[in-house]
Amino acid sequence: MATLTLVQAVNDALKTAMRDDPSVVVLGEDVGPKGGVFLATEGLTKEFGKARCFDTPLSEDGIIGTGIGMALNGLKPVCEIQFQDFIFPAFDQIVSEAAKFRYRSGGQYTCPMVIRTPYGGGIRGGLYHSQSGEAYFCHTPGLKVVIPSTPHDAKGLLLASIDDPDPVIFLEPKALYRQVKGEVPEGKYTVPLSTLRTVREGKSVTVFCYGAMVPVCLKAAEQAAEKGIECLVVDLRTLLPLDEEGVLEAAKQTGRVVVVHEAPRFCGFGGEISALIAENAIEWMEAPIARVTGFDTPFPNTLEHHYMPDARRVLDAIEHVHGY
Amino acid sequence: MTITLQRILEPDGRLVGEAPKLSESELRALFTHMLRVRVLDERMLKLQRAGRIGFVGTAKGLEAAIIGSAYALEKRDWLWSGLREGGAAVMRGLPLAEYLAQMYCNANDTAKGRQMCNHFQHKGSNYPSWSSVIGTQISHGVGAAYAAKVRGSGEVHAIYFGDGATSSNGFHSGLNFAGVWQAPCYFVCIDNGWAISVCNREQTAAESFADKGAAYGVPGVEVDGNDVLACYRECKRALDRARSGGGPTLIVLKTYRMLGHSSSDDPSKYRDQAEVDAWAARDPMDRFERYLLGRGLLKAGDRAMLEQELTTEIDAEIHRQEAAPPMALKTLVEDVYADVPRHLRLQYNKFIAVAERLGHAQKGDGAFPL
Repeated sequence: MATLTLVQAVNDALKTAMRDDPSVVVLGEDVGPKGGVFLATEGLTKEFGKARCFDTPLSEDGIIGTGIGMALNGLKPVCEIQFQDFIFPAFDQIVSEAAKFRYRSGGQYTCPMVIRTPYGGGIRGGLYHSQSGEAYFCHTPGLKVVIPSTPHDAKGLLLASIDDPDPVIFLEPKALYRQVKGEVPEGKYTVPLSTLRTVREGKSVTVFCYGAMVPVCLKAAEQAAEKGIECLVVDLRTLLPLDEEGVLEAAKQTGRVVVVHEAPRFCGFGGEISALIAENAIEWMEAPIARVTGFDTPFPNTLEHHYMPDARRVLDAIEHVHGY
Repeated sequence: MTITLQRILEPDGRLVGEAPKLSESELRALFTHMLRVRVLDERMLKLQRAGRIGFVGTAKGLEAAIIGSAYALEKRDWLWSGLREGGAAVMRGLPLAEYLAQMYCNANDTAKGRQMCNHFQHKGSNYPSWSSVIGTQISHGVGAAYAAKVRGSGEVHAIYFGDGATSSNGFHSGLNFAGVWQAPCYFVCIDNGWAISVCNREQTAAESFADKGAAYGVPGVEVDGNDVLACYRECKRALDRARSGGGPTLIVLKTYRMLGHSSSDDPSKYRDQAEVDAWAARDPMDRFERYLLGRGLLKAGDRAMLEQELTTEIDAEIHRQEAAPPMALKTLVEDVYADVPRHLRLQYNKFIAVAERLGHAQKGDGAFPL
């Protein structure tokens, strides 16, 4: 088994899928000979030719719109949007078209496609290279929204997404691209969508998180453990469709819940987790649910490490709900 | 730029250009297809006025543009439509029953009544589902054409839209990508003069919409859209060119929307009747009829007889659609994903429990297993 970084695992998944299925194609800006600005598509054009991994003109709307057409006509496109911040010109194509084709056609036309895009802060990218837009997509029935946090999951979830018969928004935590390393099996394997992962067992407080917040929460949980508070840390992995049963079960195990994401708080995914628990498991709760999130502001640059939840802020929330 | 309007038939039915090679029976078939579009339009408007259906995107005046252009396609080719190409779908194989079921949005509709009226689809003749969003289908067609090129499947993708769509993102990205990829497709802009209430002179400062192709390395052609022979000939050329690897073409069919944008629109608020009258004198049906009469392919009275036959056929189908069964409530949550996920099964089950309690549920509306 090879030890890979998260971005290498993404690359490995793409190679595995393209070897496995000749209908898989990769398109986007700079994904060809350059191999993508983060090197996620490195070597693909060389191995599979430029008909299967190719640079497009600089138009996100065009990348997704033509990707939909490819999906409707027998290919399995994996579209890369260079930064999630640049996805909005394609929002119409994603929300009005990809997400709705199956429904509006009564199942006659479908869009099996993956839209990969790096998201999130921590790389000094400022407003337009740092945002976490998962909530926009989670509000759109017909899409699936997947966020890995480990190299193993990145490969297994991406392969499951490519196999999936519906459009998947695959958000890659760019802060973790080279920060995390892990063992990744060779060849094809999948991690099923809509299943969460228990990162750490604990009986005192449940911490829900995903993407780049997983290592932050793990660090906070270790610090809490030194104070005698054992946290159950849950990596949601797929936000839509969410493993609701798994979330409720994990919440009930401790009766004390912290939800962490770097996206703004208002209408953020944490609100959905909180509401789910409030509606279905309020009688198990021993404390109010706490959210640790980005501010309800645009993403800053110089002060980004104060904007993004860190172990200190997460620990504070853990201690608060534990001591309530 | 100077673009010459391509025309074969004068409004009086005289032949002034090189006619495409079409047999006598093909010419008569073209006329019947055009007439069906007009009769369908009239019948649908009456149904709408009677409150039986909700909405009609009218096609009166566009019969030559819709039918002449699409007649060039082979069965394997795809037609990516806008609002008004339903008649082309019928010509290419969409059963009248499915056309009407879609207008009724009833349980017989292959789209399960999810789209508003006048949003057709037909998998059997490669006519994908259209959304109401203007211009989005343009890049879909280009992507599908790219797929055809990679897979070597050989079909061509004809991508239709109106004059308003030339201002959309999809138009610019679609034509640009198609030019770069030399994708086996062509673009058919049916310039009917009006995007709801905005006239084409306010849509662009370009002399012709066909000029826009040059920016993408896509040749542009402007055609008299009320001349069915010219529409056919120019689309056939573009089709052959695309099929042989020669790349995409932008064809602009200049015509006129004789009625409102839809059954919900009153065009007298924004355009002069004199303009409408001037276009009425260039009516595509009358023009082609004159030509066929001149060639002895139609006789006086044939049109009225054909119209009666088409009306009878359509009316019989209307009666059948009026008797469609109610829509299954489960379709509320189906086809969002390949399988109905647990959260949607839960939402539906809660809803159906209330419906059953109140006696509103129907046979087959039972709960999903969890």
